Amino acid sequence: MLSNFQDQFATLTVGGLSLGFIYVLIALGYTMVYGVLRMINFANSEVFMYGTFATIIVIRDLFGFTQQSEPATGFRLVYILFLCLVASMLMSGILSIFLELVAYRRLRNRGSNKLAPLISAIGMSIVLAEFMRILTDSRYVGSPRVMEKKSLGTFFGAELRLDNVIIVVAGLILFITLSQFVQRTRLGKAIRAVSMNEDAAKLMGVNLNFVVSGTFLVGGLMTGAAGFFYVLKYENTSFNIGFELGIAAFTAAILGGIGNIKGAFYGGIALGLLETYASFFLGTQWKAVTVFIVLVFVLYFRPNGVFGEAITQTRA
Amino acid sequence: MFNLRDWGAGIWERSGRPVRVLIALGAIALAASLPLLGGTFLKTPIADYESVLVFPVAIFVIMALGLNIVIGKSGLLDLGYVAFFAIGAYTMGILGTKTGLNSWEILPIGIAMAMFAGLILGVPALRLRGDYLAIITLGFGEIVRITALNLNSIGGANGIVGIPTPPTIFGLEYTFDNHRLYFWTFLIIILLTIWMIRRLSVRRAGRAWESIRQDEDAAELMGVPTFRYKIWAFVLGASVGGAAGVLYASKTLFISPDNFTLQVSILILACVVFGGMGNIWGVIAGAVILGYLPDRIRFLSDARLLVFGIVLVLMMNLRPDGLLPRKKREKALPEKGQA
Repeated sequence: MLSNFQDQFATLTVGGLSLGFIYVLIALGYTMVYGVLRMINFANSEVFMYGTFATIIVIRDLFGFTQQSEPATGFRLVYILFLCLVASMLMSGILSIFLELVAYRRLRNRGSNKLAPLISAIGMSIVLAEFMRILTDSRYVGSPRVMEKKSLGTFFGAELRLDNVIIVVAGLILFITLSQFVQRTRLGKAIRAVSMNEDAAKLMGVNLNFVVSGTFLVGGLMTGAAGFFYVLKYENTSFNIGFELGIAAFTAAILGGIGNIKGAFYGGIALGLLETYASFFLGTQWKAVTVFIVLVFVLYFRPNGVFGEAITQTRA
Repeated sequence: MFNLRDWGAGIWERSGRPVRVLIALGAIALAASLPLLGGTFLKTPIADYESVLVFPVAIFVIMALGLNIVIGKSGLLDLGYVAFFAIGAYTMGILGTKTGLNSWEILPIGIAMAMFAGLILGVPALRLRGDYLAIITLGFGEIVRITALNLNSIGGANGIVGIPTPPTIFGLEYTFDNHRLYFWTFLIIILLTIWMIRRLSVRRAGRAWESIRQDEDAAELMGVPTFRYKIWAFVLGASVGGAAGVLYASKTLFISPDNFTLQVSILILACVVFGGMGNIWGVIAGAVILGYLPDRIRFLSDARLLVFGIVLVLMMNLRPDGLLPRKKREKALPEKGQA
């Protein structure tokens, strides 16, 4: 078993990293909103699910791919994948803004108790998932293959499959873009200001509603990108995938320290690797348990997450 | 603004003992007569009305009352409440099929098991606060379900079949389709639970929970042993959940891990918040409505859960404190700015 693991280690690591980046991007959706509003955006999992469907719509309906058609190559492939990514991000970003307007804004402006937005989010989550269930007739929706998942060669014994490489590279680019956005742009600064001190930010002339919408948009864009990567990696989706992925990504956000975008990054990667290694040893049916047990230990010894909450610097 | 809760409490406080006894008896009689009203507009279109009253309605009420101790009284966000329900149900399932014990003998064992689980979870988890507590409890709920799913010795994914019905007492025979008898039995359990919670609320424990909910640091500084009372709230909540589990298993006679998903925890939480956290009557109203509604609107067939979700969102936006919020003077200080 162990020598087997040593052989597989590098390849498992690559797979774990790509799963990790999917988690990172969804976790960013949770953590951005949490940083600003101190609230679990429970419906973010459905935002992710709609992102996966946006990709499939582009592949299937815009480009007319079927299960029989040949995978695309060269520049056409790059063009298609780019359009899929943009479509998923837009779909999720817009949905996320809509979600905030419908489910949270009124409650937020009233200053209600802490649980009311959570129930409202759960309600929206049911609405979105059920709507998609009715549309898809409760079925899994497979994605036609747009890209041949060929191996690009090996690196220290790791097989580099094209989809995994794309996810890791694109995920890293998106994450760096987001950190730069939060650090440098005007909206990013406003987001950080609100997350540090809402009242003071308002007094300094920050338009709170605008900043909150912006936060939901950015979080939704990242979550949508994760939806695209998910379809690229697993080639199917269904109305109920949001739940499981959402819980895992939320765990990742907590693991790294929620409210902290670097935390989402490390937490997501750690969780992706951990899940992949754990499924190798214990079988996939126990992987969720392993994840939660690790989480319990982490929270017991480091209640603010492994990387803590670096409030003054990177808190989104 | 008119507040039904304050209006009701006003009548209750103004009236003397005989009137109070009358009100209480009237309410109990009304609840007990519910199964007889199957012919009225209450009738559920597809599912059998009386069985809907037993499950989900009565079971939801018991669980919501238990969760209310944890969330409503002490302000601890528990997203894994279904774990205690599952532990109670599995205790009933395992002991009921493998030993000669009957439901009434298993009930205290199931409650004890759930309390023990509450203690095991509570000791590490209750050092955390807020959303971290929520995610730990959520994880616990999932661990229990996945363990049940993967352990073939307790049925695995197939669950446990052939759980015995409760034995006949006072000539009353519990058969599978005798829903009325089950309903009345569960009603007695509900009344006992209400009685326990009401007694506790006005005693030291209730005051300690209230102070913890409002401001944990202040409570600790005032000398309230907060950790111990949080454990107590957790364990008592777990005991009610365990009782609900035993009863559920001895009613449906078949359990599988699918009955104990996170959705159940969330639904019970929704009952508590929807009805009005911290107020027993609100919580009961929330559980009755949310347990009953999906079956009543079954004529919408495919869209019923969609409508259910819309109702949740609308309700929270229009009445964020729930149908029957707790008394105004009990309300906590604004929580703004707290992490």
